[in-house]
Amino acid sequence: MMLEVNGLEAFYGEQQALFGIGFGLDEGRVRTLLGANGAGKTTVLRALCGMIRTGGDIRFEGKCIAGWATEDIVRLGVAHVPDGRGTFLRVTVEENLQLGAITRRDRVGIAADIEQIYHHFPRLKERRTQQAGLLSGGEQQMLAVGRALMLRPRLMLLDEPSFGLAPLIVEELFAILRQVNRDTGVAMLIVEQNAALALELAEHAYLLETGRIVMDGPSEAIGADEGVRRAYLGY
Amino acid sequence: MQLLLQQVMAGLANGAIYAGMALAVVMIFLAIDHLNFAQGEMATFSAYVAWQLLAWGTPYWVAFVVVVIVSFIGGVAIERILFKPLHHASIFANLVAFFALFSILNSADGYLWDYTIKTFPSPFGTKPLFGSVLIDAHEAGMIVVTAVLLGLLYLFFRGTRLGLAMRAAAANPESARLVGIRVGWMTALGWGIAAAIGAVAGMLIAPVVFLDPNMMFGVLLYGFAGAVLGGLTSPGGAVLGGFAVGIIENLAGTFIPYFGRDLKLTIALLVIVAVLMVRPAGIFGRSVVSRV
Repeated sequence: MMLEVNGLEAFYGEQQALFGIGFGLDEGRVRTLLGANGAGKTTVLRALCGMIRTGGDIRFEGKCIAGWATEDIVRLGVAHVPDGRGTFLRVTVEENLQLGAITRRDRVGIAADIEQIYHHFPRLKERRTQQAGLLSGGEQQMLAVGRALMLRPRLMLLDEPSFGLAPLIVEELFAILRQVNRDTGVAMLIVEQNAALALELAEHAYLLETGRIVMDGPSEAIGADEGVRRAYLGY
Repeated sequence: MQLLLQQVMAGLANGAIYAGMALAVVMIFLAIDHLNFAQGEMATFSAYVAWQLLAWGTPYWVAFVVVVIVSFIGGVAIERILFKPLHHASIFANLVAFFALFSILNSADGYLWDYTIKTFPSPFGTKPLFGSVLIDAHEAGMIVVTAVLLGLLYLFFRGTRLGLAMRAAAANPESARLVGIRVGWMTALGWGIAAAIGAVAGMLIAPVVFLDPNMMFGVLLYGFAGAVLGGLTSPGGAVLGGFAVGIIENLAGTFIPYFGRDLKLTIALLVIVAVLMVRPAGIFGRSVVSRV
């Protein structure tokens, strides 16, 4: 398995937020973490990237990365698209993309990848010389995904990519995520409030409640579950 | 009219030094959110090292380059040894560390080179520039060297990947880590560059104010004034602020009768207070909104 998590705990100060989470992700696969506000979805992603204090075991491609510095985990090929999108607001769109590839040395490859991102998101190309802070929410989300792809990641962690976006833009974004997954074989772990959308993209889902995984299974099974449907899908 | 121009040119020359110190202060402020009170003492120490090298017979520009490099390494070392461990410490712990650094360097100057005032040579001489009455060669040299330094820094921060990474680390450390930037080392690099800028400023002002352990005390205050005037979050603003303070100081000293010359420093500080009252973030600064 590419990513293996066992007994994961996480803490904000003295406050424990995750209680013994276990899950895994195979190369090239897409899985999703569902749950209500405050269930701990974002915390799981932050814990995987070493952004908060954790306990338990995190293995990425055989390496035990628990306790590593964030930048060292990123350098293994883990790209995190954080909630709030993590845009560098005061630099240009293109500089944001270059920052995504800041750990790479292959100038030619970087230039080619920037063109590839512009191919996926033509609107970013139109705005390449603008300050990123001037972009709309949807454009910033595309930029965040683009910036993450510039790492040529092995694993992408996406935190609520649909948050605050118009439905049409969300569909466009998820179509591109699916295509990127197919084309590059990057594995994805997606945290979403929009459960229907996430279940469509992912093949396997975990349901989080107050820092614990309470249910998991193939997306169809989770989507068909009466309780899940009522609580998270709204029909 | 000629007196006015003369004073403006002299103000620009001093302002170049203030601009350098202001920029050094802002670089560290952007990286760690604290004002480096010891910036002046770091510059003074660098100037003493230069004096020592010159006393040993080193050619001026060789000594200049060596001191800039040594100061850069020293700045990095100070961050790694003293301030990295205080990264999560309170503002008071940091303040104490800055004052400790201040005292250590100040005393080291006196201990190693004693407290007597020393002359420091100018590589440009002090003759009038091309027989002009407006500016002498050293003043012109201060302006030119600072302009070159600022130009190089601009190219570095705007045109190189490392410069971009440093800007990103200062503006948004969490996101910077998420693209793999080693934010801690970017901070250390910022200290190194600030120390190198200070070294240049120290070596350029030493021929004017003479070398002694407290040489940079007033200069740093003007530098702070410039940084606050331009905005502590704006490197370009700090540079302009430094030049502005230099000019204001000189004009006030010349044209305000009776007390102008004696109260130059007071007037510079009044400028800080006045600007802070109208624009708390400085002329070019952004007010920082933080989530609590």
